[in-house]
Amino acid sequence: MELAVSRAGLWLVALFIAVAACAAAVDTGFAIHMGLVALACVIGLVVTLRGVDLSKAILAPDPGRYDDDVIRWGVIATVFWGITGFLAGLYIALQLALPVLNLNLEWTSFSRLRPLHTSAVIFAFGGNALIATSFYVVQRTCRARLAFPGLARFVFWGYQLFIVLAATGYLLGITQGKEYAEPEWYVDLWLTVVWVAYLAVFVGTIVKRTEPHIYVANWFYLSFIVTVAMLHIVNNLNWPVSFVGSRSYPIFAGVQGALVQWWYGHNAVGFFLTAGFLAMMYYFVPKQAERPVFSYRLSIIHFWALIFLYIWAGPHHLHYTALPDWAQTLGMVFSIMLWMPSWGGMINGLMTLNGAWDKVRTDPIIRMMVMALAFYGMSTFEGPMMSIKSVNSLSHYTDWTIGHVHSGALGWNGMITFSAIYYLVPRLWNRQRLYSLRMVNWHFWLATIGIVFYAASMWVAGITQGLMWREYGADGYLVNSFVETVVALRPMFFLRALGGLLFLAGALVMVVNVWRTILGHSRDEAPMRDAAFDPEKDRPVVNAAPAAA
Amino acid sequence: MAKSRIDDATGVETVGHEWDGIEELNNPLPRWWLWTFYACIVFSIGYCVAYPAWPLIDKATAGTLGWSSRGQLEGEMKAEAARKAGLLAELDRASLEQIATDPRLRRAAIDGGRAAFKVNCIQCHGNGAAGSPGYPNLNDDDWLWGGDVASIHQTLVHGIRQPGDDATRMSQMPAFGRDGILNAVQVQDVVSHVRVLAGEEKPSASSQRGAQVYADNCAVCHGTAGEGSRMVGAPRLNDAIWLYGGDRKTLTQTVTNARYGVMPSWGNRLDPVTVKMLAAYVHSLGGGEETPAPEAAPAEAAAGPAAATK
Repeated sequence: MELAVSRAGLWLVALFIAVAACAAAVDTGFAIHMGLVALACVIGLVVTLRGVDLSKAILAPDPGRYDDDVIRWGVIATVFWGITGFLAGLYIALQLALPVLNLNLEWTSFSRLRPLHTSAVIFAFGGNALIATSFYVVQRTCRARLAFPGLARFVFWGYQLFIVLAATGYLLGITQGKEYAEPEWYVDLWLTVVWVAYLAVFVGTIVKRTEPHIYVANWFYLSFIVTVAMLHIVNNLNWPVSFVGSRSYPIFAGVQGALVQWWYGHNAVGFFLTAGFLAMMYYFVPKQAERPVFSYRLSIIHFWALIFLYIWAGPHHLHYTALPDWAQTLGMVFSIMLWMPSWGGMINGLMTLNGAWDKVRTDPIIRMMVMALAFYGMSTFEGPMMSIKSVNSLSHYTDWTIGHVHSGALGWNGMITFSAIYYLVPRLWNRQRLYSLRMVNWHFWLATIGIVFYAASMWVAGITQGLMWREYGADGYLVNSFVETVVALRPMFFLRALGGLLFLAGALVMVVNVWRTILGHSRDEAPMRDAAFDPEKDRPVVNAAPAAA
Repeated sequence: MAKSRIDDATGVETVGHEWDGIEELNNPLPRWWLWTFYACIVFSIGYCVAYPAWPLIDKATAGTLGWSSRGQLEGEMKAEAARKAGLLAELDRASLEQIATDPRLRRAAIDGGRAAFKVNCIQCHGNGAAGSPGYPNLNDDDWLWGGDVASIHQTLVHGIRQPGDDATRMSQMPAFGRDGILNAVQVQDVVSHVRVLAGEEKPSASSQRGAQVYADNCAVCHGTAGEGSRMVGAPRLNDAIWLYGGDRKTLTQTVTNARYGVMPSWGNRLDPVTVKMLAAYVHSLGGGEETPAPEAAPAEAAAGPAAATK
C-alpha cells in the first residue's frame, strides 16, 4: 500500500511537470508532446491507483521461471509496429509513383511520412524485436532471471513512449533534419534515460548469470546496446532554443556535422541492424536447427573484426563531398575490410545447418532463417562494393541505395525477426505449436517474392538513374533533365510498391498466425517440422552460486 | 556445462560450452574466408599508400598517385573547356542570323540551348517546353512578344516585367473589375464577347453588350478583332490558345484583377553564348518565325490549331 501511494505520488509529480511544460510551451508541437506525456502520466497514475498488483511480478516473482512478461509485450509491440511501418512504407512508395497521394496536406506529405516509415521499421519494429529477444536470450543463455524486473518494465513502456513521441513529432513537423536521428532534444534525452536503463537490465542479468561463459549472442547484444548509446549521445549533442520548445541546434556544423551524422547513421546500420540482429541469429538459428554453432573461433574473430572495423566506415556516405579526401579513403577501405567480418556471421549461421540441411525443405522457420542469412550475405557484399568510390559515383543519391537498404532491411532484418517471432510465440504463451506452420510458409513466399520485386526494381531504377544523370551529348552537355529521369523511373516505382504490398501481405498472414496462436487455436493441417520444446527445461538455475566469469 | 564431444553429423569436436542447449563446434576459420579477409586488408593498405589517407598536423598524406577529388574535377573541367573553347568562341562571334544559316553552328547552338533549357527554363515552361497556366507554350507559333530569333533573344536577355531592367518588356493590363473601371455585369459581358471571339461560345445578348465594352476598353491593346499586339505583349484572343485559361471563371478573374506575368532577365544570369544558344533552341521548337517578320500576317496564316470560328 505504501508503495502504491509513493508510486502514485511520483506519477502525480511527473503529471504536474508535463502539464506545466505544456502550458508554458513556445510552440504547438511541444505543447502537444507535453500533452502526450501528461496522458502517459495519467495512465500510469490510474493503473497505480486501481491497485494493479505489480509487486507479484516485481517483488515476489517465481524464481523457478524466467521473467517473460516484458518479452510477451515486446513480441506484440514488434508485430504491431511492424505492420504500422510496412504500411507507411507502402504508402510513401505509392506517393512516389502517384504524387496526388500527398493529399496536399503537410501532415501527409512524403517528407513527413518518410521518417515515420524509417523510424517505425528500424526503431519501433526492429527496436522492440531487439529488446524483446535480448531479454529472452540473455535469460536463457545466462540461466538467470532478468536483473531489475521493474526497470525492465520501464524500458519497455519508456521505449513505447519514445516511439509515440518520435512518430507524432514527424507528423507535426518536429525534426532535427538528421536522417534516422530526427527526434528533437527532449525526445533524445528521454531515449537516453530508457537506454541506460536497458543497459543496466542487460548487464545486470549477465552479471548474475549461472553459466560460466557469456554466449556469443550476448556479446553482440551488448556491443549493440553500448555502441548505440554512444552514437545516440554524440549525434544528438544539441542545444535547445528554448527549454519549453521543440527546436534545437546541433553543436557540430558543416562538414563536421555531416561526418558525425554519417558516423552515427552508418553505425546505426552496423550496430542496430547488424550486430543486434546477428545476436538474434546466434540464438534462434541453432535453437531452431537443433545443431551446434558452426565455429566458435569464427564467432570470436568475426565479432571483434566486425565491431572494430564498422565504426570507421561511415565516411563512405560522403564520397565526393566537402569531406577531405583522406577521410573518404578511410571510409572506403574500412568498408572493404568489413566484407569478410560481415560474412563471418553468414557463414556461422548457414554452416550451423551442416548435418541438418534437409530442414530447409521441411521446416518453414529454418527456410526463413536461411533466406534471412542469404539476404544478409548479399547486402553485406553489396555495401562494401558500393563504398568503392568509382561504384559510388554511379550509385550515390540513386535508388540503388534504396534497393540496397531494403534487401538488407526486408530480407535480413525482416526475415530473421519473423522467424524469431515464430519461434517465440508458442513458447511464450505456452502453446503446443504455432497456429499454422503452413502459414509461415505462405509468409515466406509472399515476403521473398516481395523483396525480389523491391530489390530488382530499385537496382534497375538506380542504375538507370545514375546512367541518365551522367549522360553527356556530343558537345559535352547533359542530355537529361532531372524530371526526365523521374519519368523514366516511374514504372519501377510501381513495381517497388507491388513488392512492398506483397511483403505487407506476408506480414498480415503473420498477424493472423500470431494472434490465433496466442488465442490457443491450432489449424488443422498436414504437419511440418518444428524444433522440439520442453517447457520443463526452460527454467533458470535456482539457488546456484553465481559462477566466476 | 557440457563436456567436449564429437558431433555425430559432422564428426567435428565441440568446444565444450553449452548454453540453453546450444553448443559450438571447434571448426577452424574457413581458409577462403581468412585469405579473402587478408586480401582486403592488403588492398586497403595499398590504396592508402596510393591515395590521400593519413591525416597529419595540417594536411593529409597526398598518396603516391598525387590524386585528389578536386584535382580530378578541375582536370576534367579544363579538358572539356578546352575541347569546347573553339566552338563557343565561334558562337560568340557569329550573329544570330549567321548561326541560323550555318547548319553546324545551328546544331551546336540548339544542343547547348537544350541543355541550358533543362536547367533554367523547365521549372516554368515545362520539360517539353509545353508551358503551364501562366507560362506560355513555346512549341507553337502563338507568340506574345514576337517569335523571330532576335525577339526571342531580346526577351531572354531582358526578361518580361523584370524589375530593375530598363530594357525589359513592359506592359500592364488594367485591373478592370478591381479598380472599378467596369462593373460586374460589364465584366461578364466582355468575358462573353472574348469567348465568342475565341469560338468558345455562341453569340448571346451578353456578348453583344460586351462587344461595345470590348471596343471601348480592350481593343486598343488586344485589337478590334482580338488579334492581339506584340508591341505590348497583349495576347491574341481570337484563337483557342489561352495563357491562363479560357473558361468563364478564369477569364472573369483575368478581367477583374489583370495579369502580370514575369520572366527573369537571363542576360545577367547566364553568359552571352548560352543566351544565344537558348534563343536558337527556343526558335527551333516549332513556332520560330523568319527574322524580318513582315508584321504578323504570315504567322496568322500558319495558325493551324487556332480554330477561330466554328
